[in-house]
Amino acid sequence: MADTTDDAMNGTLDRNRAAAYPLHRREVVAALLADRGDMLVVAGLGAPVWDCTAVADHPLNFPLWGAMGGAAVLGLGLAMAQPGRRVLVITGDGEMLMGLGGLTTIGVQKPENLAIVVCDNERYGETGMQLTHTAGSLDLPAVARAAGFASAAGVRSDNEFKAALPAIRQAQGPAFWSIKIRAEDTGIGAMPPKDGVTLKDRFRAALLGTA
Amino acid sequence: MRAGKWGAGAMAPVQLMEPMEAMEPMEIDWTDAIFAVLRDWQVRQVAYVPDAGHSELIRRCDGADDMRLVPLTTEEEGIALLAGAWLGDQRGVLLMQSSGVGNCINMLSLARVCRFPLLSLVTMRGQWGEFNPWQVPMGQLTPKVLEAADNLVFAVDAPDQMGQTVAAAARMVFEGPAQAAVLIGQSVIGAKSFGK
Repeated sequence: MADTTDDAMNGTLDRNRAAAYPLHRREVVAALLADRGDMLVVAGLGAPVWDCTAVADHPLNFPLWGAMGGAAVLGLGLAMAQPGRRVLVITGDGEMLMGLGGLTTIGVQKPENLAIVVCDNERYGETGMQLTHTAGSLDLPAVARAAGFASAAGVRSDNEFKAALPAIRQAQGPAFWSIKIRAEDTGIGAMPPKDGVTLKDRFRAALLGTA
Repeated sequence: MRAGKWGAGAMAPVQLMEPMEAMEPMEIDWTDAIFAVLRDWQVRQVAYVPDAGHSELIRRCDGADDMRLVPLTTEEEGIALLAGAWLGDQRGVLLMQSSGVGNCINMLSLARVCRFPLLSLVTMRGQWGEFNPWQVPMGQLTPKVLEAADNLVFAVDAPDQMGQTVAAAARMVFEGPAQAAVLIGQSVIGAKSFGK
């Protein structure tokens, strides 16, 4: 199904391979958030927000309706302020790429309680499934490792994902996973509140007892 | 003479590295005033992209056991970082040069729409006696961009205004909550001249 016009436009990017990845985003995120305990969750702009909300509209989710490129570093600020709590950032490849320098900022601070998971479908899913840089040779875990993360790995199969799950919950951070997921349109489904003040206040109330 | 400055090669980098002792005592005083306000508000996360005008404040914060210095690769990271800090119940401050304000524009939406407290201390370039014309466009745009993004903007053009102005901004930021920037003028810092 290769489209030679698109191939030419996108240089070395591969438009076919992600359509065959075995892992599905909704199942991956549901597993990440099952039995979440007191974990604090930041969801990056786009499909990760819908994925997280499909599991539950939880007050200890902070879903970003904007701020593209900010999810990982927002997680850093939260992790440093709450060193006793696990902080999980779930974001997409396009969102991560816009704030790639933030991985190096995290690599300097080395918060032990911070895990970042990129659900990588190699697409800008909200804007028409255009290819991102990860559809090429870019290796995000290698970037995280080079930035100083304590661990960083790629996940491509169900077995690899099952093996990675305990580490995503518990491994010493900063820890990074790129989970290759199928490029598919899962729709939006359940949406969290859009009002930013509501999201902030309910998060702080659930965490601190006061907004 | 001017053309020869860059042509001389080694001259400019050597003078860029000029040590802090070259600064006048008055500059240390206004840094003290800012540092005292950050202490009063128990600021814990100090995010920055460095500027020469902030170098003494960064050094002071580095020496404080309960302040975490967070060097950034681009200033917009600081907006997101401090949003996370507030979600986790810590106050922070963002230190940057005026050129960095331009890097923050979209991310300022996060602070505005969620009403996160955001205190930015901006050292100005391209504003007063600037020798480098490449600094002038963003320097002149800095207050306009911040106002357009609904930040409260406070200008400090004399060292003796620093303490009260930063204190006023911090109070509005942390008790509001609000987003505010204090623009530290080149008349306070001294217009950079690379020793010329």
